[in-house]
Order: sequence, then structure tokens, then C-alpha cells
Amino acid sequence: MLDVQNLLKVFHPNTVNQKVALNGISLHLDEGDFVTVIGGNGAGKSTLLNCIAGVFGIEGGSILIDGVDVTKMPEHKRAKFVSRVFQDPMKGTAASMNLEDNLALASQRGKIHGLKWNVSKKDKAHFAQLVESLGLGLESRMGTKVALLSGGQRQALTLLMATMNKPKLLLLDEHTAALDPKTAEKVLSLTRDITAQNNQTTVMITHNMKDAIEMGNKLIMMNEGRIIYTASGEEKRNLTVDDLLAKFREIGQQNDRILLS
Amino acid sequence: MIYLNALPGTIGQALIWGIMAIGLFISYKILDFADLTVDGSLVTGAGTCAVLLANNVHVAIAILVAMLAGMLCGLATALLHTKMGIPPIMSGILTQLALWSVNLKIMGKATISLVGKQLLVARADIATSIIILVVFVGVVIGALYWFFGTKLGCAIRATGCNEDMARAQGVNTNTTKILALVISNGLVALSGALLCQYNGSADINMGRGAIVIGLAAVIIGNVIVSKISSNFAVQLIGAIVGSIVYYLVYQLVICLEWDTDLLKLLSAVLVAVFLAVPHFKQKFAKPHIVLDGGENNA
Repeated sequence: MLDVQNLLKVFHPNTVNQKVALNGISLHLDEGDFVTVIGGNGAGKSTLLNCIAGVFGIEGGSILIDGVDVTKMPEHKRAKFVSRVFQDPMKGTAASMNLEDNLALASQRGKIHGLKWNVSKKDKAHFAQLVESLGLGLESRMGTKVALLSGGQRQALTLLMATMNKPKLLLLDEHTAALDPKTAEKVLSLTRDITAQNNQTTVMITHNMKDAIEMGNKLIMMNEGRIIYTASGEEKRNLTVDDLLAKFREIGQQNDRILLS
Repeated sequence: MIYLNALPGTIGQALIWGIMAIGLFISYKILDFADLTVDGSLVTGAGTCAVLLANNVHVAIAILVAMLAGMLCGLATALLHTKMGIPPIMSGILTQLALWSVNLKIMGKATISLVGKQLLVARADIATSIIILVVFVGVVIGALYWFFGTKLGCAIRATGCNEDMARAQGVNTNTTKILALVISNGLVALSGALLCQYNGSADINMGRGAIVIGLAAVIIGNVIVSKISSNFAVQLIGAIVGSIVYYLVYQLVICLEWDTDLLKLLSAVLVAVFLAVPHFKQKFAKPHIVLDGGENNA
């Protein structure tokens, strides 16, 4: 479903600020795979997601989604295949538009925005049903501007918008990091339910080791623009938080050694 | 008394500028793009219309061509911004500056008189003019209400509200920006085309400070109608109401025989005050909190 080959991303190339953010990353996901991505700050996790989504152009390598080469496809066209939930709950929805308009926009993802009325009667019933499935009581507030919802409600809505027309690939960039623990747990369980239901191919960045182990069927650890550890199946199921922390310490020591040498 | 006599004329003028304010509403409020093109595109609309009328072209065709010319002005600014990466304000300033020359070339001279020409609206025939202008305003508001309720209109609204989100939802935000600026400047040119007929002449300077008048109308209107309803049509009507309020005040200043040289200063101060109101509200409004008990209350 997703085939990333030798991805190279360099910020500010050929200047004193040159930074190699992704250094030959390769990643393969089959349909229905759910991979969690962990790594320290500056490891390149978000950059990887942004490159897959087309926010950044890349300096080398290729990206294929469902067999289609999207390497040079602009972001808005890639939206046909890829949908995203950002870390900032404010970023995923249009605040001055109501719930229905937001959902209608999302249901149109990857299609042409024509001159049909944005929300038809049929849509109204369909959207209300979808929102009801979130279990947040928002179905009675479909005409409310999204700006008036809480961060958690907005993030749940963004997740619904990202998955409602079953994208080939779902990208979650620490989508629960800005929420309080209870709300984060709610959004995470929605994520689990929706992705399982749709057999949704997913990449999820998280700083929470427990979530990284519990969610999905694959795990990758990144450091300095490379994937330094991959686990799947049995191996991933048997991982503990301590195992992962030990791996992090290993990298830290290596880094120290590099610094000292 | 003079004030009341001047009232119909003031209303007519306010309706015409109200259309211009609706154009600005699209760029400033919906797209979140402070578009300075309008000072130029208003004159482009007026000048194009006046030249055609002076050459005895039918008034309907003259207005249509004027709108198309205005749309091209919007397209120029939009391309400077989207295709060449120039910031919004700068794109507008560049187009506005260039339009000074373009407008002079279109008009051939600094002022074109329309005396004796077949016109749609005129100060001399104020009753009919106001009816025609109300129809124009109604059609513009109706058309925009429909357009911004469609999927395409929704994509434009999303672009202005949250551009990253819009792109992530597959909206080509360059296209939506271009479209919004083209529509906006088309309306501004329509306003210019009506204005030159209403005044009986087109002048190369008639657009100076237009953006401030338009913004004043948008902002005053917003303050007035935002408490009533958030409905889109009501917001557009707000721009018209704002324009009427602005011109009622403006006319008062003229009737009081103040120094008319000071009018632009007054406009600027008025807009500054209305823009500053939300800021100061936030800064100085203290919530009224009552605490029970405590030593001070004992």
C-alpha cells in the first residue's frame, strides 16, 4: 500500500544551516498495516509524514501509494490517497465553518469542488449518523461553528473527517499529544476502533511508548533521519516499555561516544 | 434640513459603495487577504465603463466589460501572490501602482464626462436609481449566498480560514485564492462602473482611499450585524448597512460645513477606531468575579 524508497530530505541544502532530516529512509506497508513511529525530537518523524503527505518536496528517493508514484504529486492532489490528523487540534478543522460544512469538505477530499450545494439533505442524515458514532453528543450541534468545540472534540472530528471516505493511507502526527489524558484515551480508542473497522493502513507518530507498543502491528524507531529499529508481529507484541527505553539509551550512548571521540 | 434633502443622494452613493464593500468582504473577511488592488480596480471599472459609454456603447455591455476588466486586475494580484510567491499586501500594492498607468491609458485622459449619455443610474433621477441599485445589491447578495454555499464556495471559505487544512482536504488553495480575488475585484469594478454613472463622470483619482472606505463599511457592518445572526446573507447585508452608516456620518460632516479636506483623515481615524475596538475590549475588559467569604468579606 505504501512504498517509500531511499527517502532523502535536506533542509537548507548547501548552506551553513544544512540539515539532513531524512537520510535514506525505506518503509513498506501492506494493506491494513498499522505502524507506530517513535524517536526523539529531531529524529525526522514528522518530516517523514510531511514528505509522504507532500507538504515538503524531497531531494531523493521515491514514494508509491497503492502502486501510484506520488513523488512529484502536489499536496492537494495527494490528498486523494492520504489523509492526516495533526498534533494541534486547531489545525485539522476550519474553525469559522460549522460541523456539517467541515464534514462535507472532507467527504469531497480528492474530488472536484463543483457548484453543487455543499451539504445536501442526504448528507445531513449521513453526517449526523457518523458524528453520533463518536459518542460525544455532537450530533445535536451539527450547525455549530467548530471554533466553539473543545480541543478533544475537534480532534475526534478531525479523525472522523480523515477516515470517513476511507483513504488509502492515514497519517497521525502525535494526534493525542495536546489532549488531556482522559480525552487522549478517548481519541486513541476511537482511532483503534475506526482503523480496525476499515482495515485502515496507518502511520502513527507517538511519544508514548505504551501506545506505540499497544497500537498497530508494526513499530519503527527513528534517530537522526534513519530507521534504527523495526519490530513486527510476535516481536512487537512481546516488547515492553523498558525494552524501548533501553534502545533509546543505547542511541544516547552512541551519540555521546560520537561527541566525545 | 440640508441633511435630509441630501439623504436620498447619500443612500444611493452608500448602496454603490456597499457593493464595493461586499467585494472587500470576500477578500478581507472570507479569504483573509488584505487586497490593496481595489483602489486601482475601482477606477479600472469606472474608466472602462465611462470610455465605452462615451463611445455610445450600450450601458449593460459597458458594465459587463468593466466587471471583466476588474476581474483581470484581481487575477493579476492573485498570480503575483500564488505563482510568484509575493506577499498579499505587496501583490496588491504592485497591481494598484501598475493600474494607475493602465487606467490612464484606458481613459485617455484624467477625467471623462458622461453628460448627455444613456445611463442606468444618475443622481438627477434619484428615485429610479435607488430602486435599480437595490436590485443590483439584492442580486449580488443572492448570487454570493448561493455561490459560497456550494462545494467550491466552501473550499474558498476553508482556504481563508485554515489554509493547511484546506490543502490537506485536497483543495488547490492557489486556485481558490485566484477565484476569490477575481470575484472580489469584479464586484469592486461593478461598483466603480455604477459610481461613474451616478457621479456623471469618471476620474483617475476616484479610487484613492477606496479600500479604507470599503473596510470601514465591512467593519462597521460586522459590529452591527454580528450580534443579530451569523448567517452569511446577513453578514453581506451588514456590509451594505455599514456603508450606509459610513455615508450618513460622512454627509453629516459635509452638512456641518467642516473642512472637507479633513474627510480622509476622518475616514482613517474611523477605521482605526473600529479596528482597535476588539483589541481594547480584550485588553481592558475584566471579568466580574465574586468570591464568597475570605477575610476581606468578613
